[in-house]
Amino acid sequence: MKAIYNYIKEILQGIWTLITGMRVTAKYFFTPWKHVTQQYPENRETLKIAERFRGEVIMPHNENNEHKCTGCGICEINCPNGSIEIITKTLVNEEGKKKRAIDQHIYHLGMCTFCNLCIKACPTGAIVMDQTFEHAVWDRTLLTKVLNKPGSKIMEGVKE
Amino acid sequence: MDELKEVMIANDEIRTDEYLINMGPQHPSTHGVLRLLVQLEGEIVHNVQPHIGYIHSGIEKMAESLSYPQLGHLTDRMDYLSAIQNTEAVALCVENALQVEVPERVKYIRTIMAELSRLASHQLWWCVMGMDMGALTTFFYGLRDREDILDIFEETCGARLTLNYNIPGGVMFDIYPNFQRDVKAFIKKFKTKLPEYERLLSGNVIFTERTKGVAYLSKEDAIAWGVTGPTARASGFECDLRKHRPYSAYDKVQFKEILSDVGDTYTRYQVRMAEMWESISIIEQLIDNIPEGDFALKMKGVVKLPEGEFYQRVETARGEFGVFIVSDGKKNPYRVKFRSPGFSNLFAINHIAKGWKIADLVAIMSTFDLVIPDIDR
Repeated sequence: MKAIYNYIKEILQGIWTLITGMRVTAKYFFTPWKHVTQQYPENRETLKIAERFRGEVIMPHNENNEHKCTGCGICEINCPNGSIEIITKTLVNEEGKKKRAIDQHIYHLGMCTFCNLCIKACPTGAIVMDQTFEHAVWDRTLLTKVLNKPGSKIMEGVKE
Repeated sequence: MDELKEVMIANDEIRTDEYLINMGPQHPSTHGVLRLLVQLEGEIVHNVQPHIGYIHSGIEKMAESLSYPQLGHLTDRMDYLSAIQNTEAVALCVENALQVEVPERVKYIRTIMAELSRLASHQLWWCVMGMDMGALTTFFYGLRDREDILDIFEETCGARLTLNYNIPGGVMFDIYPNFQRDVKAFIKKFKTKLPEYERLLSGNVIFTERTKGVAYLSKEDAIAWGVTGPTARASGFECDLRKHRPYSAYDKVQFKEILSDVGDTYTRYQVRMAEMWESISIIEQLIDNIPEGDFALKMKGVVKLPEGEFYQRVETARGEFGVFIVSDGKKNPYRVKFRSPGFSNLFAINHIAKGWKIADLVAIMSTFDLVIPDIDR
């Protein structure tokens, strides 16, 4: 008799635990307006991206097409996997003094691990992280970018 | 009758052989590229042979050509759910070698972030554990709540998974102005969710029937196989490094080391659930007392370690993570060895799963909380 009692009790307890779990799911089933997911491609305009989000490395230019990069190559040294290549050129000013300047700041987005070490190391703050995140392209060569715009030059007063 | 006799004799002559099946490398419950060669008799597991190496990335070798600040971003990619603790181990190891003392603020931030990371990791473990046992609902609920932690990470350091937050000498970014408010809001919300988790899965009759009294691991075996973390603590092995070898700000907080001496699958589940409450308590004790100060020391551009061998271990969400650096005084390490918890835990699986059913093997793997890049590094 005791065995039968225990058997039935076990079954009822089992069903009760299932109902307890179902109550949790039912709560969310009947209050869906509290727990909506993000409608991602539609909400692009209202999407809030964190200020520090590490999307890609960019080099901000001002309205005169000037940047802060001196071409010192510290970001290249600090990059753990060779995503950054610096090609420098030598400028000669009016007094005949030679000066190193950036020719091409090449950035391989496809290799970048977004570790932030280059930005932390940059002595002049020439490169920053952008908040863009939609990086998909049809051809991987498009992932190799030149960060300094054509015809740009270094800002006045920025020194190594 | 004669016919029946004939059949019975014939049945006796059927050879019941053991057979081998491959569980993985592509299997949803191995959570990655892990291949288990399982020797079965019927449904009963006789032998489990883990085969690894499918995603071996050679991180230890790669580390030899990297400088010390660069080392952190690779350890992120090993146990990606404990990225904060892994980088913390590297940072602490380098700091110990250089004999520098980081500011108090850094210690507090590191501890809070590590506990948040542990919460996120245990949440993911919980939802995946449910999914392995056939309860898909848990997967959505766990990931939904984990999103809040990832948002905090994203605001703090700009990434969600591979954070590279702890660097030698401090942390990459200071906490953002609303950090404390957001963390408190999360804790308040999560305190209501955790009992929900318990109601949904812990008491569930199907779940308990499949886990209670299944696959015991004794304390002696846990020590012998080098099992650490919650898996070992469920067997009664006191191995919480936060308690026994405090680092960062763990010596300033009060928390219990969750121990149990049962050691079955259900206990391993319960220990992790209880650890989440402890993590919440640790964060609550620290969050209001973050001291003012610098968030990083001013380090030299090129960090050179003195000649010698340095070891630092931390408690990640899976167990003991160790970094062993051999330095010859240059800017790159001569040799780096990582002691990852997943690797040691995995190889106890043969010992535990023997004699249990193949369906139990899935549950065992779940409670071991395997992260494959941590094993294959």
